[in-house]
Amino acid sequence: MAIKVEHELHERRRGRNLGVALILTALIAIVFGLTVVKVLQLDDIRQFESFDHVANPYADQEEGGTE
Amino acid sequence: MSDASLSAPLSAPGEAQMGDYWELLKPRVMSLVVFTALVGLAAAPGEVHPFLAFVSVLCIAVGGGASGALNMWWDADIDAVMKRTKGRPVPSGRVTGDEALAIGLALAGFSVMILGLAANWLAAGLLAFTIFFYAVVYTMWLKRRTPQNIVIGGLAGALPPLVGWVAATGSFALAPVLMVLLVFMWTPPHFWALALFVRGDYGLAQVPMLTETHGDRVTRNHILGYAILLVPVSLALGLTPVAGPVYLAASVVLNLLFVGACWRVWRRDRAAAEADRFAAERRVFKLSLLYLFLHFGALLAEASLGTFLGA
Repeated sequence: MAIKVEHELHERRRGRNLGVALILTALIAIVFGLTVVKVLQLDDIRQFESFDHVANPYADQEEGGTE
Repeated sequence: MSDASLSAPLSAPGEAQMGDYWELLKPRVMSLVVFTALVGLAAAPGEVHPFLAFVSVLCIAVGGGASGALNMWWDADIDAVMKRTKGRPVPSGRVTGDEALAIGLALAGFSVMILGLAANWLAAGLLAFTIFFYAVVYTMWLKRRTPQNIVIGGLAGALPPLVGWVAATGSFALAPVLMVLLVFMWTPPHFWALALFVRGDYGLAQVPMLTETHGDRVTRNHILGYAILLVPVSLALGLTPVAGPVYLAASVVLNLLFVGACWRVWRRDRAAAEADRFAAERRVFKLSLLYLFLHFGALLAEASLGTFLGA
């Protein structure tokens, strides 16, 4: 059997493969877009930043505020 | 592995293409879902980010499509019998039942999750309920058991405007509930008018449509009855804050036309209908499509007008 780079199956399923690619791309775009919109809608960006690895510069203010 | 196994087709001839999967989602039903959900969302007070609004309506549409796929999976046996449906992807063999089930469940899961993330979890829960109601309560339970199948099952098709509203506001209100009621009361005369002129189809599939179980006379009585009951619902919606003069004017004219058309269907019997090839019944069916489209179109116009004048 001659070795073909493109098997007949690829040709037959081109439409389906393109469709799946389109759906996955759309899903990525939606999740990315949602992330951007949700982050931009935060009033206080500190809600997003958790200061996991750095000192929280607002910590003193918050503590002072509660006293 | 032999040469023969490599060159042999890996699936049946005429295998499914993207168009077949698309058809599985019942695009025409989806268009109604998209439109009514969009109106519910647009009419809601407050502002929604356009991208979130787009994703919300997309999720509601995909949820509706998922319901369609689950319906086609379960109903493949009766779809194969009816002329109107035997060309659908599952009964025609282009898509397997397992594929339809997998696609339906996957799309249902994705649409509910993403709507929850994009809008709120109340809207996502309502969408999940809508899919459950259409796939389980209507398709699996009621459709083959009672002639009231489309009345109760119609709730699933009626909920999208409420889902759209809740996606925008996170809460319920009278106006979207009346929108649901409008579609709910509209569904029976719409489908029974269709059932009058495709009667043999439902009989072959042994689906207990009202035309089969109670005959033409009772069906015609029901069509007129629901058309009359639609009037107060339609006008009540006109008195809510989402409506205005455009909606009220459209509503009055459409109700007059629709009740008039249903009255003509009520006045005659099957012999008269067969004589003119169900012209009056076909007119009610077509008019019902226009009735719903223009009611929601008027609400959309009011919402757009409000945004324009408010800006």
